[in-house]
Amino acid sequence: MTEPLLGYLLDAAYIAAAVLFILALKWLSAPATARRGVRAGEIGMLLAVAGALLRHEIVSYQWILVAFFLGSAIGVPMAVFMPMTAVPQRTALSHAFGALAAALVGTAEYYLRSPALDAFTMTALDLEMLLGFLTFTGSLMAFGKLQELLPTRPITYRGQNIVNLSLLGLAVALALYLIVDPGATALFPVFAVLALVFGVLLIIPIGGADMPTVISLLNSYAGLSASAMGFVLDNKLLIIAGALDGASGFVLSVIMCRAMNRSFTNVLFGAFGAVQAGARAQVEQRTVRSASPEEAAAILEAATSVVIVPGYGMAVAQAQHKVRELYEALTKRGIEVRFAIHPVAGRMPGHMNVLLAEAEIPYDRLLEMDEINPEFPQTDVALVIGANDVTNPAARHDRSSPIYGMPILDVDKAKTVMVIKRSMNPGFAGIENELYYMDKTLMLFGDAKAVVGEMVKALSGTGRA
Amino acid sequence: MTPDLITDLYVFVLAGFVGFEVVKRVSPLLHTPLMSLTNAISAIAVVGSIAITGEQRGTLSTVLGTIAVTASTINVVGGFLITDRMLKMFKKKRDPKAR
Repeated sequence: MTEPLLGYLLDAAYIAAAVLFILALKWLSAPATARRGVRAGEIGMLLAVAGALLRHEIVSYQWILVAFFLGSAIGVPMAVFMPMTAVPQRTALSHAFGALAAALVGTAEYYLRSPALDAFTMTALDLEMLLGFLTFTGSLMAFGKLQELLPTRPITYRGQNIVNLSLLGLAVALALYLIVDPGATALFPVFAVLALVFGVLLIIPIGGADMPTVISLLNSYAGLSASAMGFVLDNKLLIIAGALDGASGFVLSVIMCRAMNRSFTNVLFGAFGAVQAGARAQVEQRTVRSASPEEAAAILEAATSVVIVPGYGMAVAQAQHKVRELYEALTKRGIEVRFAIHPVAGRMPGHMNVLLAEAEIPYDRLLEMDEINPEFPQTDVALVIGANDVTNPAARHDRSSPIYGMPILDVDKAKTVMVIKRSMNPGFAGIENELYYMDKTLMLFGDAKAVVGEMVKALSGTGRA
Repeated sequence: MTPDLITDLYVFVLAGFVGFEVVKRVSPLLHTPLMSLTNAISAIAVVGSIAITGEQRGTLSTVLGTIAVTASTINVVGGFLITDRMLKMFKKKRDPKAR
């Protein structure tokens, strides 16, 4: 093929890929067209990869093929056999891989082209590597916390923010120096190590419940890093795809922050650790009403509308399939059952929806906070399974509460509230939940899966006779 | 270089805005698949990695490139597969014929 013709074809392929990527996200807006979106993304990726392979500069395919093979051998089993409960971990890991790729390409480009790097290209390289390296280690830390290889509680120490910020400052200073003097190859490894260490330190003080925000932010960084790579290589498709990913991660982090009524800085630098001590001190002795699963089942049976509020506890107990059985048992009796999903329930955006969809609960039963909140006053029973802070009425009225102002599910407005909980231990934020002490609240103590299972058993015992 | 920089910045800003507008419309129901799909798409970094690996410009760049292609391939293959696996589960009513 002649040189200019191939060039035009490559451009055409890249433009088509960019269009397909945008369509992929557009079609993802509704479940009915979402799978078409995945197809569009796949075709776009195929075009882009084929284009990249056909370029004349490619002289050897040996290592590319080895890497394709290795990547598929790791990626395919991970995607096919991974249980849905592990989606947050896998997502964190894939952010790490994406960021690693960007950072390594940046490193290679730097050593190939230094010192003949103009200020603009070096700036893009700096950004690519800074974001790439810190997202790589940061995402690995997030993976460790989600997989519970590392402690999920925030790890804090005195002067933590000062240490972190000075480290970041140092890395940025080195990056700036490299722009002025790209030939300073000795400084480069120092810069890379600083970025790697900063990624670790950034995630250490972040607790499990803040993971939805953090994972979205890391998603955004990984995308921006790929976009910066596009500037370095002057590849517009990379810039577009990276910008789409960056924007998506950013939008999600904003939604998550808003759902917790916190700012980015507060999530990243204001670990809840400090709050915990204060809130624990003022715990007073109050009584709660507890009930057995059988009693709960009898109340549910008499209801006409039930709203189930799932939280991370449901995921931990792997109770989603038992919840489906409960949903079916109640629906069969003509009881209206809906699910109230708080934006930050679980460990990543949309976590609960995926788990409940996996358990084959129809998605039109899953309602967002704004849709379901006006419905609670007309609801007979609100059943809270493994959710805590997102149901705490203190967020609405108690100005001294650390979660004051956070939008919550108005569970307390239902006629009866049932809470399945392992024990009376306060949730992640370490705050007492006054919902548990209300007269209309029944506490069902035990493992979510076991308790829901017994409720289902009680319901099937009475229903058929 | 300078005209390239300007065009690249235009492309970045416009793509960012398109991203905002499109992602804002995605139902919260699908936020998890959204994240895994955008992650797969941004594994387009594979294009840069392929160039570094295939152009054979030195041992270091070939080694780094090979690792980069491996990492992005994991994301490309795994990302699309898992997104589709998730989306397959979202059903409106229970349909006995559906898998």
